[in-house]
Amino acid sequence: MADDPPIEVRGLVKRYGEILAVDDVDLTVRAGDVYGYLGPNGAGKTTSLRMMLGLIRPTAGHVRLFGRDPLLGVHALEGVAGFVEAPQFYPYLSGRRNLELLAAYDGHGAGGRIDQALATVELSGRAGDRVGGYSHGMRQRLGIAGALLRAPKLLLLDEPATGLDPAGMRDMRLLIRRLADEGMTVLLSSHLLPEVEELCNRVAIVRTGKIVYEGAIADLKRGAGATYRLSTTDDERAIAVCRAQRGLGEVSIAHGYICFSADAAAAAELSQALVEAGALITLLAPETVTLEDLFFSLTEGDVAARGDAAATAAVPS
Amino acid sequence: MNPGALTVYRWELRKLRYQKRTYLGLGAAVVVPILFVAAISFRHGGPHDVAFGDYIDRSGLAVPLVILLFGAIWMFPLITALVAGDIVASEDHNGTLKTILTRSLDRGQIFSGKALAAATYAIVAILLDGAVALVAGCLKSGFNPLQSLSGTIVSAPKGLELVIVSLLVYLIPILAIVCIGLLLSTITHNSAAAVVGTLMFSLLLQLIGILPGLGGLQPYLLSTQFNAWQGLLRTPTDWAPIIRAAWVCALYGLPALGGAYLVFLRRDVAGG
Repeated sequence: MADDPPIEVRGLVKRYGEILAVDDVDLTVRAGDVYGYLGPNGAGKTTSLRMMLGLIRPTAGHVRLFGRDPLLGVHALEGVAGFVEAPQFYPYLSGRRNLELLAAYDGHGAGGRIDQALATVELSGRAGDRVGGYSHGMRQRLGIAGALLRAPKLLLLDEPATGLDPAGMRDMRLLIRRLADEGMTVLLSSHLLPEVEELCNRVAIVRTGKIVYEGAIADLKRGAGATYRLSTTDDERAIAVCRAQRGLGEVSIAHGYICFSADAAAAAELSQALVEAGALITLLAPETVTLEDLFFSLTEGDVAARGDAAATAAVPS
Repeated sequence: MNPGALTVYRWELRKLRYQKRTYLGLGAAVVVPILFVAAISFRHGGPHDVAFGDYIDRSGLAVPLVILLFGAIWMFPLITALVAGDIVASEDHNGTLKTILTRSLDRGQIFSGKALAAATYAIVAILLDGAVALVAGCLKSGFNPLQSLSGTIVSAPKGLELVIVSLLVYLIPILAIVCIGLLLSTITHNSAAAVVGTLMFSLLLQLIGILPGLGGLQPYLLSTQFNAWQGLLRTPTDWAPIIRAAWVCALYGLPALGGAYLVFLRRDVAGG
């Protein structure tokens, strides 16, 4: 029990008629992770989170939260809190009353944590107002407060910064950072790359319901290798040289540049080969790989090929 | 204390106190008898074509009974449906099902608390209506003996007792309507559809009862059970319609309640 990971998802599938919303998802969130569940809108992130919280039944596969199946009853949610999509409350009740209701439904002394939770999300001053008059950002913060009432060990947040203004987004990130520093395991779905890159140590990247990468961000970046851009006085000849050169990854043309992946030594050898072939270099520059690049290459390209490439590349050689 | 169905029940009642529809239904339950008594004060004489209609000038005890007769057509089913049809669907509308289903209460406990709250509301509305009708009726026509449906005269205290028991018997079909409201609320996810659907169901059964050739169904229609209390006002008491109301209403209500419960337990909470 103590060794069971906070979240273990295996072979998770959700089908709505013809549509495969979640397609054979495997992921593992370990204790202490701040785990980013990253994908474009409509990739099936929210559907996966709903299955993790036991709100919808998987078509196939299973979820385990600390080893427990959320479909077998709410005891699986002990120590687990979070929300999917925008957190929702009773608009005709005040923020505090809403939290009182949730605390009553939680039991286990949750009522004693209301003031602390309101203070943490900086809503103490507006707690007496009806939620119907709250802004989107305030509801988002109240959602976090509602989750904190459960004193969770695992927090699942679905797009927590969506719809917030820049200051709100910054505050939300600081808050998540602080909760993670206090030892909470966090799973965070997002389509905002900077958010995930700043907060998370591990990610799953999902595209049309399928995971195309799962692992540490550091491994993903390292494994992707350095990408170079090249421009020469004779690009046609240069491409032929590149393709013949050992140690270079797939060679392609993008935005008028020849692009390939290579390590520094292979790039140096290439420069010599180019000169010998009479294609003089006007530019040979390594590109910094951001999570954003990786994300788009994984989510917009040919998914099978890129996914496999990333998966193999992710293992540092 | 660990939370349970009673926690949900208490909070559902508290939530009802903050919602306008609650007061719409209870307001109607209070205002209708007052308006009725005001109307007969001006007209001098009640509706002559219904049981106890001729008696409302002579005894205030007849007033709640006449209102029970009229209210069965659509007023009480509507008041009942206002909350029963809304109590699950409003969670869909507000997107709050996911909020409460990810706490420490099982779906069964949440549903039970809601069902109890919807039933409580309907019971309070009927009893409130009866109490107001009694008081207003007695103020207008006095706390006088009542003539039973068999023609015998019943003393005022005994008459009061019979009115109170009649109200309780009236709750049997009302609780069946609560169950149907809960079922529609659970499966439609839409408050308006569930409220209107419950009312339409009730009206349709009344229509079936008056269709030529279908008169044989009359004793088994839910609408008929709203008249079961009249057995109490016969001498000797006719228990047959009351016993029939109990099992006929159970046949309508329990499958609806069970269906609603199972749907609520298993449904995907995908909206909101």
